[in-house]
Amino acid sequence: MLHGVNLTCVRGDRRLFKEVNFTLEAGGLMQVNGPNGSGKTSLLRILCGLTSPAFGKITWRGETVRALDGQYYRDLTYIGHLTGTKDDLTALENLRISSALSGVQVTEKQARDALAHMGLVGRELLPAKVLSQGQRRRVALARLLVCNTTLWILDEPLAALDVAAVKLIQDLLEQHLQEGGMVVMTTHQDIDIAAVSTVQLQLA
Amino acid sequence: MAINWYKYAAPASFYSLAGKMIPFFTIIAFGLLVAGLYIGFFVAPTDFQQGEAYRIIFIHVPAAWMSMFLYVVMAFWAGIGLAFNTRLSSMMATAIAPTGALFTFLALWTGSLWGKPMWGTWWVWDARLTSELILLFLYIGFMSLQAAIDDPRRADKAGAIIALVGVINIPIIYFSVQWWNTLHQGASVSVTQAPTMASTMLTGMMVMVFASWMYAIAVILKRVRVIILERESNTAWVAELRRKGAF
Amino acid sequence: MFFWVIQRDLLLAIRRRSDVLTTLFFFVIVVSLFPLSVGPEMNMLRTMAPGIVWVAALLASMLSLGRLFSNDYMDGTLEQMLLSPQSLSVLVLGKALAHWLVTGVPLVLMAPILGIQYDLPMDALFVLTISLLLGTPVLSLIGAIGAALTLGLRGGGVLISLLVLPLYIPVLIFGSGAVEANMAGVGHDAHLSLLGAFLLVSLVFAPWAAASSLRVSME
Repeated sequence: MLHGVNLTCVRGDRRLFKEVNFTLEAGGLMQVNGPNGSGKTSLLRILCGLTSPAFGKITWRGETVRALDGQYYRDLTYIGHLTGTKDDLTALENLRISSALSGVQVTEKQARDALAHMGLVGRELLPAKVLSQGQRRRVALARLLVCNTTLWILDEPLAALDVAAVKLIQDLLEQHLQEGGMVVMTTHQDIDIAAVSTVQLQLA
Repeated sequence: MAINWYKYAAPASFYSLAGKMIPFFTIIAFGLLVAGLYIGFFVAPTDFQQGEAYRIIFIHVPAAWMSMFLYVVMAFWAGIGLAFNTRLSSMMATAIAPTGALFTFLALWTGSLWGKPMWGTWWVWDARLTSELILLFLYIGFMSLQAAIDDPRRADKAGAIIALVGVINIPIIYFSVQWWNTLHQGASVSVTQAPTMASTMLTGMMVMVFASWMYAIAVILKRVRVIILERESNTAWVAELRRKGAF
Repeated sequence: MFFWVIQRDLLLAIRRRSDVLTTLFFFVIVVSLFPLSVGPEMNMLRTMAPGIVWVAALLASMLSLGRLFSNDYMDGTLEQMLLSPQSLSVLVLGKALAHWLVTGVPLVLMAPILGIQYDLPMDALFVLTISLLLGTPVLSLIGAIGAALTLGLRGGGVLISLLVLPLYIPVLIFGSGAVEANMAGVGHDAHLSLLGAFLLVSLVFAPWAAASSLRVSME
């Protein structure tokens, strides 16, 4: 469903990677590996259509991402390094507003349930600035519970999470993959996620 | 590698083409300049109303025309670069901006020189002078924006957007300034308004207009060449040139 | 989604009231500086008032532009907006409108009070308020383009003024012109209609241009 053909990324004068090819089918997991500065984040941003590759193209369900535009974004959830969590909003507001921005209206009940599932009971009404790094990331990842999208692109989703939360995310990803979803992710942690098919993409 | 060669072909071949054209335009520009100044200062008669001071129009009018014209050309190339992602046209826009700003400044300066004997003051908030001043601001905005951005691709695109926004706004600004000027009953004589222009005056002015044209083309081509070298400095063909000691 | 953006930005502004108040006080202080610098002669102040209030409004609105996108840029919300199925222009329009509600509307409400300091007649105060009401949204809309282009650049704050102030000139001319025309007794309708026309044109084009600028800046 998601194909990358001959992707090359140039940043300034430096070429980060060239001729990256991959295919991801329903239920597939792609782990992007590589040392710091090898272009993992750039690749994910290219997959989202935030950056255009120097060469190559990405297709989704047989059509190029450029042509699909809004249609593609209905199927996609991206959670980057920067999670888009606002300091001045409460956990609940953050979740509801960020979901609304990605086109999903979430009722207060749904949002509270999602936050509870992420282990944030009692923190729903605290402004994000008093939450810890890990808790903020949990708020951001709670979006995955309510988003209803097929393709998840996650940049270091496990950063700053404790063991319990890592387990939580692992279960969440496995369930998503079992239901025919797709995940593209980077991580520096050793984690074994069961999937119908797994692609390991190594960037130099 | 083949695809790389294709990508860089356009600027590389343009680089040598421009190199061949520059001497040609420079010589014509110089010839026309000498002829135009000669006509302007020695052949054209003294104006019976404005005396010798009117002779500033031989520089002022071409400069003012070029300043406006070059902005439109700049926006055109920038727009092409944005729409079709052709890097050479974006470089063209970048190369035009300083020349355009120079002509704008020249038009302001000569306008003010002319204003002293005519109006008795160095600056009058005349509609044309004011519009010209705003045009200078627009050029400066374009150049500062491009200078502030490190990534050339982003600089090209951002510059294109501000140039296009500027070009849409120029008629609106010009119209507003006209309106403002009539409302405030400002100076009623405008710089370019010569009562009856002797034919030698007109000839001299047109020669100078063409001289400015040729000068602008030569300088812009030269600047495009420098920009190409700068942007392509790590490509094979530039390395080849460097090896041959071509620059 | 358009309303979610407005609602969110207003909510954020309420949580950070001080930002709103600084812009407003900047406006008040600049306007109050003029009598101190040119002298308290009432006839002169009366003729200068429309221009002073309008220039101060321009500067105040411009000062707050830096915040329009930069917070969302730094915490990653802007990326999410680019990935929204909703068209980016609509989201930008929402943000520009929220910016106007937060910075423009307080200026409009404050202007008559400042006009009284300058001894403007009742009619002129009314026209001043209307002209600001029509003109300040244009400032937010055009400003959005400048804010989007200078996103994340060093010295972005000063650069934005270079880009945006020349484009503000028509609004300035017709905004202060309307009040002057009213005081001169020559009718202000044409000025206000033109301001209205600028508003319509910028409502159509500015969000689109700002959205393209954002895409360029986020690459």
